[in-house]
Formats: sequence, C-alpha cells, structure tokens
Amino acid sequence: MNRFALLLVTVLAALGARDAAALDVFACEPEWGSLIHEIAGDAVNVDVGTTALQDVHVIEAKPSLIAKVRRADLVVCTGADLEVGWLPQLIRQAGNPKVASGAGYFLASDQITTLEKPSKLDRSEGDIHPQGNPHFQMDPYRVLAIAKALAQRLGELDAGNAAKYQQGLANFTTRWNTAIKGWETKAAPLKGRKVVVHHWSWVYLNTWLGMEQIGALEPKPGVPPTSAHLASLVDLTKSAPAFAILRAAYQDPKPGDWLSEHTGVPAVTLPFTVGGDDKSKDLFGLYDSTIDKLLAVVK
Amino acid sequence: MKRSTLALAVSLALCGPAMAAQAPAPTPDLKALDARIRALEDEAVKLREQAAQALAEASAARAELDKMKAEQVAAPPAPAASSQESAVAAVSAPAESSAPAGGANGNAFNPAIAVILNGNYAHHSENPDHYTRAGFPVLPDAGPGPQGLSLGESEISFAANVDDKFYGQFTVSYHDDNGDVGAEIEEAYIDTLALPDGFNVRAGRFFSNIGYLNSHHTHTDNFVDRPLAYQAFLANQYGDDGAQLRWVAPTDTYLEFGGEAFRGENYPSGGANHDGVGAWTLFAHAGGDVGTENSWLAGLSMLKTRATNADDGFSGDSTLYLADGTWKWAPNGNTKDGGLTLRSELFFDQRDGIYTQPNEVFTDPLDPLTAPWVGDRRGAYLEAVYRLNRTWDVGYRYDKLWASNSSPFPSDFDPQRHSIEATWRNSEFSFFRLQYSHDEPERNIVDNAWYLQYDVALGAHGAHKF
Repeated sequence: MNRFALLLVTVLAALGARDAAALDVFACEPEWGSLIHEIAGDAVNVDVGTTALQDVHVIEAKPSLIAKVRRADLVVCTGADLEVGWLPQLIRQAGNPKVASGAGYFLASDQITTLEKPSKLDRSEGDIHPQGNPHFQMDPYRVLAIAKALAQRLGELDAGNAAKYQQGLANFTTRWNTAIKGWETKAAPLKGRKVVVHHWSWVYLNTWLGMEQIGALEPKPGVPPTSAHLASLVDLTKSAPAFAILRAAYQDPKPGDWLSEHTGVPAVTLPFTVGGDDKSKDLFGLYDSTIDKLLAVVK
Repeated sequence: MKRSTLALAVSLALCGPAMAAQAPAPTPDLKALDARIRALEDEAVKLREQAAQALAEASAARAELDKMKAEQVAAPPAPAASSQESAVAAVSAPAESSAPAGGANGNAFNPAIAVILNGNYAHHSENPDHYTRAGFPVLPDAGPGPQGLSLGESEISFAANVDDKFYGQFTVSYHDDNGDVGAEIEEAYIDTLALPDGFNVRAGRFFSNIGYLNSHHTHTDNFVDRPLAYQAFLANQYGDDGAQLRWVAPTDTYLEFGGEAFRGENYPSGGANHDGVGAWTLFAHAGGDVGTENSWLAGLSMLKTRATNADDGFSGDSTLYLADGTWKWAPNGNTKDGGLTLRSELFFDQRDGIYTQPNEVFTDPLDPLTAPWVGDRRGAYLEAVYRLNRTWDVGYRYDKLWASNSSPFPSDFDPQRHSIEATWRNSEFSFFRLQYSHDEPERNIVDNAWYLQYDVALGAHGAHKF
C-alpha cells in the first residue's frame, strides 16, 4: 500500500514535471534564448526566432514565426521598437491571447534604463528608437537586471518551478558576477580607446568598457553606408586614432573593410549575440569572444 | 566630562557671592581670603564662559548628527552590498515609473497613424481610354490606369488596441474614378485579441484573406499594378463588409484555416443578395521554413458569390478558386539585404448566370438584352523579384488570362503581359519604382507601358505580413 502510494506520488510528480516542462517560450533574439536557458535549464522549451547572422531590425513576419508564437506561453523580446516591424504582426496573426499582453509578454527594455533616447523624433534622423538604443545585450549589468526580472516572470507563469527559476538565477548571478570581474580586469587596456562602428550597436559595450565611439559607417542609424560618407571618415579614423572598426556578425563587411584598407585600422567582426561566432555558444562565450577579439587588435 | 565641568562651574557660581557677602571687614587674613575669593570668582566666570561654549559646541554637534540622520533617511535604500549590485540597480528600470509617457491629456491614447503617399507617371503606347481585353471586360479602376501623371493609392490609416479584447483599424483612401474624386473607406474593422486557442474574429469592412495579394495593401506590392488575374477576377482586390473567422493550428508548420461572409456588394459580387450576405469564402494557408535561408507560404481559397448586376454585367452564381504559393530565399534569411522571392497565383473562375449590359438595369432573364454566361475562365501570374541589397531590387512578372469561348465575351486569344521593374529604396519608408510592361490584351494589339512610381510611408512604423 505504502509502496503503491509512493509510486503514485512519483508518477504524479513526473507528470507534474512534464507539465511544467511544457512552458513554451518564444525568444525574439538568441541572447534572450540563452538567458532563459541559464535561468530555467531544461524546465522550459525555448524557440528562438532569429539568428546572430540576421538583422533583427528588419525580420519578416514569417509563417514559421507565427506558428511559434501561436504555441508560446511567454514571448521574450528586446523591445524599444527593435522588433516593431514584425513582432506586432506575429502577435496579431497568431491568435494567442496568452502572449498578446500581460504576463506572457516580456520586453527586456521594460526592465532596464536605456541610453541614447533621442531628444528629437524625426525620421530624417534615420531609424531612431524613441525608447532609446535597443542593443543593450552587450552590457552585463543590464543583462543581469533583465535576468532577475525574467526569473520573476517565469515564476509567475509557472509557480511550480518558481523556486527552480530563482535557484537558476542565483547560480547564474554568481557565475556572471565572477565573469564580469574577469572581463573588467582583462579589458582594462581598452579603456579610453576610440572606435568607429558600423551601426549604433555598441554604445552599451563602449560605456561599460570605457571605449569611445568617434564615428559610424552608417551616415544615420539604419541608413546604409555611402561611399561619400565613408570617405569623410578616413581622416577622422586616422587622426583620432581609432583602434578598431566594429561591426556585428550580420553586417555587411564591405564598408568596414574599405575604411580599414584606407586607414590601416583593423575592422573587427564581433559576434553581437549568441551564435555570432564559434566561441559564442552562450552568453559567457559571447562576452569572452567579444573581449578577446577587441584585445587582439588593441596596441 | 563636560557635564562635570558644568556642575563645578554652577556650584562655584552659587557659593562665590554668598561667601563674599559674609565678610564683615577686611583684615590682613581676610584680605588674603578676599583675594583668594576674587580669584575663585574670576575662575568661576571663566569656567561659566567655558561651560557655555561647551554647551554651544554640544548643541552644534547634535544638530550635525540630526542633519546626517535626516540625510541618511532621504538617501536611496540601504547601500548595495557590492559595486556590482549597485551597478545592476543603477540600470534597472524603476519599479514604478514616475509618470505615464503621454501625460494625462486626452491624446495619450491616440491610435497609431500611418499615411501612405503614392503617385505615378505612366506612358502607354495605346490610349488607356480605349483599352479592351479579349474575353475579359475591363472593370472600373482595374485597367491599365491613366496616361501621364496621377495620384496612386494614397491613404491614411488609424490603428490601436480598443481595450483588452479588441483591436481596431480604420483606413481611408483617396479615390479618383474618372474625375469623380473623393475619399473612400477602404478598411474599417475590429479584430478580437482575447479569443483562446488560435481563434480570431474580424468584423467590419476589410479585404478578404483569399489568395496571397488580396489581403495585402497595394503599397506593399512588388510591381506598380496588380497582376492581370487580380484585375480581371477581383477588380484588383476584393474587399467588402463582412465577418471573418480564422484559426491558427498549434503545429510546428504554420496552418491557418478560415472563412468569411460578406455583404456581396463589391465585384465579383454585386447586389448584396441573400439579404445582404451575398458572398462567402473559405481559405487555408500553410507555411514554414526550410533551413534558415528559405521560407514558404502556400494557400488554397474559394470565393462564392451570388451576384446581381456585378460590375462586369454578370448576374448569377460564380465560384472563384485560387491557389497561391510564395517561396523566399535569402542568404542567412536576411530578405531585406538580398535573395529571391518567387510567387505565383492561379485563378479558376466558374460562372453560371446571365450577362446584362452593365448600364442596363437587370430585370428579367428572358430580356432580349441579356445573354447566358456559363463557363470557366482562368488566370495566372508568376513573379520573381531579386533583391540586390538593402537599396535595390529588380523583378520580372508574367501574366496570363485564359478566356472562355462560351461567355458573352468569347475569345480564342488569351491576353498576356510581361513586366520588368527596378525599385530603389532610400529607407524602409520610401521607394521609387520604374516598370516596363509589354501587354498584349487583344490579338495584334500591344500596349508598351512605362511607369515611374513613388511610394512613401509617414508616421507609425508598419508591421507587414510575410
């Protein structure tokens, strides 16, 4: 009898665990997919909508993404209008009220403060984001703030595993804080150094590591580089001097390579998000690889 | 320490004058005593001064302490245990934001407003006013378009969540039908947001979800004009007053099923039969990815109508079947930076009814001005658009219509058209397009047409369908 009861409890527990594992999360970008994995481990199923080799500003509302959002219990996206061209369409098409608003709709930008909020909103300034620069995945402190909010949200949606998510968060926080110390020590030679960027993707990384952006290959945010604008950057890049020309894995290498050839300043392709290069298998690898690649060219 | 000094000072101050008053007359001994007393009195005064000073210092210190305490209370919550924690706290969004973004005025909840401006220059080698198409009557606004400069589909659209359960959209477009200029409600509908399990209901005036292009606004098209099949079978686009039910299946492959009931006022229907429920549709779409570089979408749809005096003079029952397929390939899936889009739609139209001259009023099936209209017609297009980069794309489209021998417009010639286009985009919000079409609407008649189009979007950032 006791044995039977034990068996029953075990079976129920197993069923419960399987139910909990059924929490389906749709992450717009790989960095949030990786963060969810750090916090929740195998307790949730994560679908990531984009790859590191895609420009997430201009993804299309593909049928495959609608199908993923249709099945999701939670959507985790960057926000700050980064996905404005596709996420609203996905949600309207999917007919899934769980993620249309409320607890199932998690925007990382709502959990943190952003930089570069424009004082003037006019599209003649390029593709600007009224809520500030959305490329904050390269600030480890913001990532940690988002992790805390995300663990809380996962716990709200899946109360049975709330303790597990908090434990996952504690574990991640410890390892992340240790890693931050290591990165900050390692990246000390980057402090005060100047960079030219492809797109305004690096403001958070620059702020964290004390680097300074002196120019951008795009004449205005989201406007493709023009040859006239690139030519105007040659003198600035040489005289500043910039130690690197930074671009993300998904960005066209040609404009940066051109400027590099004409200035002798190396162009560096940074992973930008998880999966952006071989080493960036998770968030830790992403930061390791980014700092290593910067240190490799700093003199 | 200070308190004991104070006590001593006070006792000396009280004793001093009393002792002085007791002395009757100064004697040498007394003199010495007097001197001593005076010295003590001086000492007492000095001590009193010191005590007052000490008291002032003590109260100043107390005030400073109070001030520090007050500052500590006003300061942010307990200082963080580590610099890392404080760094995280510094970038975290405040638990409660101080004020809503829009403030408390009545405009804070204004809907998103998007304005589309569109204009054309067209040069046709054949006069568009005399344009005819073998086997297919040319419908109002669905022919070759005007010669020269003209305003295209220019519209303004308002959209917002109504509340937690509904979303609303309202689109008014500029309308110019041979000089009859006005505004037209293109779409005005509400969508449900809260139905469970993949269900969506839409009600109002909207474009039907049949086929591929039909539900897309023309400003998102890859060519200046709609394919011939859309012009001939749907007068460019079928929209009407109605209701739609859609369901998205909970599957890995995107599967969408739905149906609509429409008033049946607009072409290919007409006359709002069946007490104002004169048209029905059914549609199914499927889609997915193949790897990260390929995406596809395919569909089957049906539009059934009971028309009375439709714009082409048809009265009776018609059924239009559509099959659509889209394949997109782009390096790494970056469709805005390169790659190929292939799209084709097939139309099959079955009619069983009567033809009346459109300007005649339909009265009686036996009227001598009518003729039977029974038979099948078909249409198709295939388009390929190659995206060179963020700025440029080039495309080719082939159109074909198959006429019927038994309709009131019998023809053994099948119209066809070749079109090529090049589009230059300055940003997501503006493009210019040059297009050349080689149109053969009738045997031995060729309309060579050049188009130059601009299309811009102001205001809210649109989120377009795939």
